[in-house]
Amino acid sequence: MLAYTVRRLIMLIPVLFGMSLIVFSIIHAIPGDPALTILGEKASPQSVEELRENLGLNNPWYQQYFSYVKDVVTGDLGTSLLTKKEISGEIGPYLAATTELAIFSLIFALFVGINAGIISAWKQNSWFDYLCMLIALIGVSMPVFWLGLMEQWLFAQELKWLPSVGRDNARDSVEAITHFYLIDTIMAGRWDQFNDVVKHLILPGIALGTIPMAIIARITRSSMLEVMRSDYIRTARAKGLGQFFVVYKHALKNAMIPIITIVGLQLGMLLGGAILTETIFGWPGIGSYIYTAINNRDYPVIQSGILVIAVIFVLINLVVDLLYAYVDPRIKYR
Amino acid sequence: MGQITPDTQAVVVQDHAGHAVSPWRDAWRTLRKNKMAIIGFCIIAFFILVAVAAPLLTSFEYDQGELKNKHLPPSAEFWFGTDYNGRDVFTRVVYGAQISLWVGFFSVIGSIVMGTILGLLAGFYGKWIDTLISRIFDIMLAFPSILLAIAIVSIFGPSLQNALMAIAIINVPTYGRLVRSRVLSLKEEEFVMAARAVGMKNSRIIMQHILPNSLAPIIVTGTLGIATAILEAAALGFLGLGAQVPQPEWGKMLADSREYIQQAPWTVIFPGLSIVLTVLGFNLIGDGLRDALDPRMKN
Repeated sequence: MLAYTVRRLIMLIPVLFGMSLIVFSIIHAIPGDPALTILGEKASPQSVEELRENLGLNNPWYQQYFSYVKDVVTGDLGTSLLTKKEISGEIGPYLAATTELAIFSLIFALFVGINAGIISAWKQNSWFDYLCMLIALIGVSMPVFWLGLMEQWLFAQELKWLPSVGRDNARDSVEAITHFYLIDTIMAGRWDQFNDVVKHLILPGIALGTIPMAIIARITRSSMLEVMRSDYIRTARAKGLGQFFVVYKHALKNAMIPIITIVGLQLGMLLGGAILTETIFGWPGIGSYIYTAINNRDYPVIQSGILVIAVIFVLINLVVDLLYAYVDPRIKYR
Repeated sequence: MGQITPDTQAVVVQDHAGHAVSPWRDAWRTLRKNKMAIIGFCIIAFFILVAVAAPLLTSFEYDQGELKNKHLPPSAEFWFGTDYNGRDVFTRVVYGAQISLWVGFFSVIGSIVMGTILGLLAGFYGKWIDTLISRIFDIMLAFPSILLAIAIVSIFGPSLQNALMAIAIINVPTYGRLVRSRVLSLKEEEFVMAARAVGMKNSRIIMQHILPNSLAPIIVTGTLGIATAILEAAALGFLGLGAQVPQPEWGKMLADSREYIQQAPWTVIFPGLSIVLTVLGFNLIGDGLRDALDPRMKN
């Protein structure tokens, strides 16, 4: 296991190197004068020159790259052109908001997806199976931003069941400690606020979780169908074990391996989808942070936002791979 | 094709008269019986027809409207209602089909061409070329795909062309890895070794044996890839990084109309429905093709 872990860590080096090069290019490879592109045609020559100086654009590119890597490694993510603040100082709360949303969506996707997949496989070719697979099929074809807009329109604006934007009640905002509002409200013992935060999570959480849910349901179903055909399941049935016990205890365990792999991949999709979902629901996460930056040509924020999400994604994949090797020892020897 | 490969089934299929049937004919027969795939074909045929016949279907211009017609509900004159500029939503949706199908097809063709070349290089020549290309793929796959697209468009500037290019680039590793793994397994096949033994040149081996035998999985992945590409194009358009005003791109239309969703829900419903249907259509065809062409992937 140690040897595998080390090998997997060494494999990270070229990936992180290439990643830094791509993210570096976001500012430094803009054709023409990056400073002029960022500030727009109307900018005064003086301010353009100032920005060139700030971003170090007057140096040769390899020097720019080395100083960029040095900054990132020492935790300096640059300065936002919009707020004039250090990005590393302001990114934390955004990151917490995105994490909270992503975890909520993943739990929703796993719970609904796995159960729908199991029941579909169990009652194969029943109306429930067809309905689930139809929903799953439409789910993978749905743009997350359109689903979000429709939810917002129907459940927030027309039916007024749930709030449509933000993380908490604006008139009674949560006092941030960890910036994970569910934890913060529990710590403060404010159950009314906790309730409010959950309500705010539901619509964006379902929008973001729908595609992963559909994919998980499809994988679970096909994985379960395969396992259910195997000999040991027939034996378990022959022994007279109850159907529920056979499905949930015996079959599910072996059907889980492809599901675990898919969940790792889905987390990346969640982080990508978060940009679109957060934009719609005014969720103050890293996606909104990047979106605002795109609209304001705040290139340092676009750059660092993408870097942070990509690094998190790489780390998640690392953890999933290690977990996977732990669960299925054969992986290590491939 | 005289050889037997994993994709062309080992058992020679025969028709009713007892004649041998080519694997493609056999796949077509399986596909014809797949109801979901036929529905997918109908949806896509419908959208292609709509896109081609766009100027005949409507008498309005997609980029011109009168403000006095702002936010009119669907009616006999304006089938899908009008938007905040008084433009006919039906006209814009119809012309939007041209953009989405165009971006979908051409970005996937771009990914396939680039991916096939890189995959062939990596799989056929191996050694450091393989290491280099595989590492580049790893790096690209280390980004959630939409983020990589945002990065590329940020460098080259927002436009429909650049969005198409970005979508083509981010999907290259999918096809590259696929072709590479096909090449690696085909290289071990006896008919390829035989071709080598009789002195066939590498380029001929690639054209005659490797490519024809890699076609089936590329077609399947490519069809599903069009669905993904259309979603990605709409997402970039929605973020303001793809099509620009007044192009009637579906994602861009959603972004521009979302603030009026309560007054004029039709401006958001119809472009979105069009995206869902087109993507669904390509997904259905892709699933059907996979079942027909690649029986091993069936469940």
